[in-house]
Amino acid sequence: MKLSGWGRYPWIEAAGVSFETPEELAGYLKTSAAGIVHGLGRSYGDSALNEHVIFSRRFNKIIHFDDATGVVTAESGVTLAEIIATFLPRGWFLKVTPGTKFITLGGAIASDVHGKNHHQAGCFSECVLYFDLMLPGGNVVRCSRDQNRDLFLATCGGMGLTGVVLAAAFRLQPVKSAYIRETVIRCRNLHEVIDLFEENKSIDYSVAWIDCLARGDKMGRSVLMLGEHAKTGRKTPPPRPSLSIPMNLPGFCLNQYSVSWFNHFYYHRQPEFVSGRLVHLDPFFYPLDKINQWNRMYGRHGFTQYQFVLPKAAGRDGLRAILSRISAAGLGSFLAVLKLLGPKNENLLSFPLEGYTLALDFKIQPRLFPFLDKLDRIVLDHGGRLYLAKDVRMSEQTFKQGYPKWTELHRLRRSLNLITKFNSLQSKRLGV
Amino acid sequence: MQLLILGANSDAAGAVAAKFAATEKAGLYLASRDLDRLRNRAQDLAIRHQVNAEAIFFDATDYTSHQAFYQSLNPKPDGVVLAFGYLGDQELAQRDFAEAERIVAANFLGALSVLEVIAADFERRGHGFIVAFSSVAGERGRQSNYIYGAAKGALTVYLSGLRNRLHRRDVRVITVLPGFIRTKMTEQLNLPARLMAEPSEVAEDVYRAFRSGKDIVYTKWFWKWIMLVIKSIPEKVFKMLKL
Ligand SMILES: Cc1cc2nc3c(=O)[nH]c(=O)nc-3n(C[C@H](O)[C@H](O)[C@H](O)COP(=O)(O)OP(=O)(O)OC[C@H]3O[C@@H](n4cnc5c(N)ncnc54)[C@H](O)[C@@H]3O)c2cc1C
Ligand SMILES: NC(=O)c1ccc[n+]([C@@H]2O[C@H](COP(=O)([O-])OP(=O)(O)OC[C@H]3O[C@@H](n4cnc5c(N)ncnc54)[C@H](OP(=O)(O)O)[C@@H]3O)[C@@H](O)[C@H]2O)c1
Repeated sequence: MKLSGWGRYPWIEAAGVSFETPEELAGYLKTSAAGIVHGLGRSYGDSALNEHVIFSRRFNKIIHFDDATGVVTAESGVTLAEIIATFLPRGWFLKVTPGTKFITLGGAIASDVHGKNHHQAGCFSECVLYFDLMLPGGNVVRCSRDQNRDLFLATCGGMGLTGVVLAAAFRLQPVKSAYIRETVIRCRNLHEVIDLFEENKSIDYSVAWIDCLARGDKMGRSVLMLGEHAKTGRKTPPPRPSLSIPMNLPGFCLNQYSVSWFNHFYYHRQPEFVSGRLVHLDPFFYPLDKINQWNRMYGRHGFTQYQFVLPKAAGRDGLRAILSRISAAGLGSFLAVLKLLGPKNENLLSFPLEGYTLALDFKIQPRLFPFLDKLDRIVLDHGGRLYLAKDVRMSEQTFKQGYPKWTELHRLRRSLNLITKFNSLQSKRLGV
Repeated sequence: MQLLILGANSDAAGAVAAKFAATEKAGLYLASRDLDRLRNRAQDLAIRHQVNAEAIFFDATDYTSHQAFYQSLNPKPDGVVLAFGYLGDQELAQRDFAEAERIVAANFLGALSVLEVIAADFERRGHGFIVAFSSVAGERGRQSNYIYGAAKGALTVYLSGLRNRLHRRDVRVITVLPGFIRTKMTEQLNLPARLMAEPSEVAEDVYRAFRSGKDIVYTKWFWKWIMLVIKSIPEKVFKMLKL
C-alpha cells in the first residue's frame, strides 16, 4: 500500500500488518524484516515510514481507569480523541496535548509531544507512569522512572526506535468544565510578543500565531492566545469535525501573495485585546481538527513543517535572523506558531529546550530544501535543534549536533539488537 | 437493551457493539472463541460507555452446544448481532474438502444452528431483533471466492426466510451486506482503498438500518448499485470474466 506521513511527502510503497494482542506482535517480530510502528501518521515527515510498518490501530483497548487518581491504562493504539471523548464528560482532560487530538498514545510517547502548557507542565512523558515495551525478541519489559530507566528515557521521544510501546499508564488532570477562558492580544512585533510570553508565564496555556512575511518594524507581528481552564461550565463532549478538503488543491493556490493576504486578513480580524472569553477546549486546542484532511491544501507535492527551538539567551536574535530570511525568501508559510518552552527533560531525544520554538509550514518545492539547509545553520549556531516529529529532510550532521545524546541511544540500540528490527526512513537518514 | 454479539472478536462486530453501547447504553454479551481477546474488548467497552459487558465462550461450529449456550444467558437478549464468519482459502477449498466444509460451517451452518435456537425464543416472546452479517459475495458466484460466496448466499436466503417467518411476531431480521471492510479479514488482501469501509462506518449503517426499519442494508451504500450491475450481466458474458 502507499503510505506517507501527514505532510504527504514522501510516499512509500509499504507492506503493513496490524496486531490486537502482544502475542500476535511477538509472532510477527520473530520473522519480520526491519520496520517501524505507524500510529495515526500525524508526524509530518518520515519517522513512521519504512517498507515494513506495524499498524497499532487495532491495539487500542482501554484497560483501566481509576476515577480517584485519574490514571488511565490503555493500549498504545488508543487515540487522544478517544480518551477525551471518554473522560472529558467525567471531568478529566489530558495534562499535555499537542495541537491535534488525532494521534495515538504510542505516538504521544514516541515523540514525547508538548503542548501550549510546556512552560508549566513539560512534555507528555511527565504524565506517563509506566509503559510496557516489546523488544525485538518479543520479550516485554516494563519501563518507568524506576524500572528500566534507561529504556524509559530512550523511548520517550525515541521515535519508535527502541521497540513497540504496548500498554501505558498515564495521568489525566481534573477539570471543572470543558471550556477555556481565553485572552487574545495583538502584538505589533517580535519584542512585544516575547515580552508578553514572559509576563504571562503563570498562565497555563500560551501560544502565538505569527505573520512570517511582515518585515521591518512589523517583523514578528502576531496574535498571542492565553488560556486557562474555566472554573465553571458544562463538561459537554467536543463537537464533531465539520469541513473537509476532498482532494488535493492545485499547488498554485498557495503562494506568497495568497499567504500574505491571508496573514494580513487574519491579523486584522483579531480585535486588539480580548479578555477572558469562554471557548470550548476543542477549538482552543485543536483548531485545525475542524477541517478533515487539511493537509491536502498544499497540493500534490505535499508540504513539510519546519519546527526548531532556540535557547532563551539566543532567542530574540536568532528568531530575528530566521524571520528576516523567511520574509526575504518569500517562500510563504500559512501557519507559523511561536511558543515559549520550559526546561528540557532527561529523555535522550525529546525536542524541547528552555527557549522559543517556531513552527512553519512550507509547500514542497525545489527551492525549499537548500533554503532550509541555510536555516539549519542559523539554528545550530544559536544552540538550537529541529523537532524529529516534523522533520523529513535534516542532515545527519544537523541531527547529531542538535541531539548530542544520540550516542547513548545508538549504544542502546546496538546492545539490544534494536537496529536489526526497528528502523524508519528517518532513522536511516540520520544514522541512528 | 441487552445485546448478544456472536463472533464478537470480529472487528466489524466490535464497532457495532460500541455504537449500540454509546447510543442505546446497551448491555453486551460478547460471545466468541478467543476469550482473552474478548475480555479485553469487554473491559474496554465497559470503561468507555459505562455499560455492562460480559465475555462468553461460543463456538459457532459446535452446534450441539448452542441450546445450552443460549439457555445460560440471563437476562435473555433483546437483540442479536451475528458477525462470525470465515473467509477461508478458495484454492485450498477446491482441493481439500475439509477447508470447504470449514467455510460452509462457519458462515452458514453455524448461523443456522444458533439462529434457530434464538428465533424460537424471540418468536415465543414476540420480541427481539436479529442483525446478521452476510456478504455481497453471496449475491453472485465468482471464481475467486465462490465457496465462501455460496455459504454467504445460503445465509442470505436463510435470513430472508427467517424474516418472512418472524415478521408476524414482530421480530425483525436485518441482513447486512458489506462489500469490503478494513478488518483483520481483509488486511493482507490488496483491495481498492476507495471501496473500503471502516468498521465504524459499517456500524453507522447498521445502526441506521436498525433505527429506520430496513430489512437489507448494503454497506457502504454504493455496493447496492455495484451489485445491481454485477447481477445484471448475462451469465453467457459473466462466465468469461476474470472475477
Ligand atoms: C495538526 C498537527 C498539530 C500538531 N501539533 C503538535 C504539537 O503541538 N506538539 C507536538 O509535540 N506535536 C504536534 N504534532 C505532531 C504529532 O503530535 C506527533 O507527530 C505524534 O507523534 C503523532 O502521533 P501518531 O500517533 O500519528 O504517530 P505516527 O505519526 O504514526 O508516528 C510518530 C512516531 O511515533 C512512533 N510510534 C507510534 N506509535 C508507537 C508505538 N506504539 N510504539 C513505539 N513507537 C511508536 C512511530 O514509529 C513514529 O516514529 C502535530 C501534528 C499535527 C498533524
Ligand atoms: N471484512 C470484509 O471485507 C467483509 C466483507 C463482507 C462480509 N464480511 C462478513 O462480515 C462479518 C464480520 O467480518 P470481519 O471482517 O469483522 O471479521 P473478522 O474481523 O475477520 O472476525 C471474524 C470473527 O469471526 C469469529 N469466528 C470465526 N469462526 C467462528 C466460530 N466457529 N465460532 C465463533 N466465532 C467464530 C472469529 O472469532 P475468534 O477470534 O473468537 O475466533 C473472528 O474474530 C463476517 O461474517 C464476514 O464474513 C466481511
